[in-house]
Amino acid sequence: MDIYLLEAVINGILLGGVLALLALGLNLIFGVIDVVWIAYADLVMCGMYAIYWFYAEFGWPLPLACAVALLGVAALGVLVHVLIIAPILGSAPINQLLATGGLLFFLQSFATLLFGTEFRNVGIRLPIIEIADIYISTARLLAFAMALAGAVALYVFLRRTFIGTAIRAIAQDRDIVGLMGVDQRRVYLVTSAIGGALAGLAACLLALQYDVHPFIGNTFGPLIFIICVLGGLGDMIGGFVAAFIMAQIISIGGYYSSTELSYVLAFVFFIALMFVRPRGVLAR
Amino acid sequence: MTARHAALAVALAILAALPLVASPYFMHLLIQILLWGFVYTAWSLMGRFGLVSLGHGAFMGVGAYVPALLWNYYGVTPWLGIPLGVALAVLLALVIGYPCFRLRVVGHYFALVTLALSQVVMLSIVAARDFTGGSLGFTPKAAGHSWLALQFPEKGYFYGIALVLWLAGLAVWWRIDRGIGREALDAISEDEEAAAAIGIDVMREKLRVTVASAALTALGGAIYGQYMMYLNPETVSGIAVSLQIVFAAIVGGMYAVLGPTAGAVLTLLLNEGLRVAFGTSFIGAANTIYGVLLILCIIFMPRGILGALDRVKPRDARAKAVPAE
Repeated sequence: MDIYLLEAVINGILLGGVLALLALGLNLIFGVIDVVWIAYADLVMCGMYAIYWFYAEFGWPLPLACAVALLGVAALGVLVHVLIIAPILGSAPINQLLATGGLLFFLQSFATLLFGTEFRNVGIRLPIIEIADIYISTARLLAFAMALAGAVALYVFLRRTFIGTAIRAIAQDRDIVGLMGVDQRRVYLVTSAIGGALAGLAACLLALQYDVHPFIGNTFGPLIFIICVLGGLGDMIGGFVAAFIMAQIISIGGYYSSTELSYVLAFVFFIALMFVRPRGVLAR
Repeated sequence: MTARHAALAVALAILAALPLVASPYFMHLLIQILLWGFVYTAWSLMGRFGLVSLGHGAFMGVGAYVPALLWNYYGVTPWLGIPLGVALAVLLALVIGYPCFRLRVVGHYFALVTLALSQVVMLSIVAARDFTGGSLGFTPKAAGHSWLALQFPEKGYFYGIALVLWLAGLAVWWRIDRGIGREALDAISEDEEAAAAIGIDVMREKLRVTVASAALTALGGAIYGQYMMYLNPETVSGIAVSLQIVFAAIVGGMYAVLGPTAGAVLTLLLNEGLRVAFGTSFIGAANTIYGVLLILCIIFMPRGILGALDRVKPRDARAKAVPAE
């Protein structure tokens, strides 16, 4: 096997980890609250700016900056729910999608207003490891490991805690759960916080690999949505699998052609697959 | 109705006479309002029936790039290039629309599939940078004042074209609003299966508005490109334009004939007003306010500004939950 192709495959797997993490967050929110946060990737952008600011400008230690960014984005998730989603929970789901689309406009332009359009880098260069002529970036490896750890933590939380059980129950049947004595409002708030926290974690991992700018959400936002749709909106395992499929298409496609064409390929693959399996790859 | 007709005639006369008095800057604003108003109206042909497309950037991009590329590389006049671009956009709409409607891809799923479409077109334009100039944009070869090239340095010409186009867009909107198809489409947007059960050809009705909407959007993109003489993948295709189209139509109100145009007026005035007030040092200020406005608008008046005004004087049974999935 071609060594560069192998490298592309490995990079694809590593990229898949972060995408899977974001897909988990979006799917969790969709499954429980029945809302698509179009601005989800822009929450990640906010987190990346927070890390850049605390670490590179204020000189805080990196772990502290990351922790604050993570909590900050989690709080932002709660705010999004309270201010935007909660008032229109009763209206058509597409209205909620569009309201968070307004949030996307707001966050991107507000970031432009505050920080300008320059690309900013946190300025940490993690070493690159070489294993049998294959070069792997430590930042990506770390991102992959942390993303998996985040996913496992979420799984344990959903399985082992009371509120986690309530969250899963709501995703299955919204109406009955109220009768079982679950406070729906509280579950929604916790879900939004977790969704935000996952975006915050992704921000920490991406800040080590990419420059931050106000429109960075546009580069991988659409990708996360199609991953979620591909896996079946709300289906966390499906989304997890779809993230790795998409990451492979992009990585291997990028190896054979250009980055843009590999994205085109991914989107076309998605559209085609939608027509074969309209409810997701793993849909029964 | 005669008073109404008279008012309409006066309004038209004023619009037609404007180029005689308006300054070039004002003309530029008017042309943009008319062209974007046209595109937003085209979107609302689908949007008002619950077909929320986030893919109209794709149609606009195809409509704008095809004639410009043909003109620069093969010297093909836009008179041929524009119909070709529109035809291609319609083809694209059919390729996406037919399977979507066949498989009942609606609501969130429809929005996200069309979003992917607009990304496909934008990224394809960027990827073909050897021909299209990629992210740097594309400038059609200038030909001075030329009917053949459909290029007029004099703004009055494009004002005329934009005005005719805009009126045509309103006419299409009006026809669909008053036609028998509207009842069918309303029924479909409320309950597709029930609509099919009473004998409505769901596929045909949906495809009809989709094709009309895509064709007009592509046409708007083409004229916009001819007027601006500069195309950029970010400003005529992709997620940003798609969302811009959706939001302006929603803010203005997609259930009233002038709603999308009101959206165009509002967004442009906001943009220009803030630019004049703050200068360019506050890039992003306009869109920041716009974003907040959008959120508030969707929360408090999902029928848009004109829709909200319309509700004050209750007409037929127009007060349904909006936009239905």
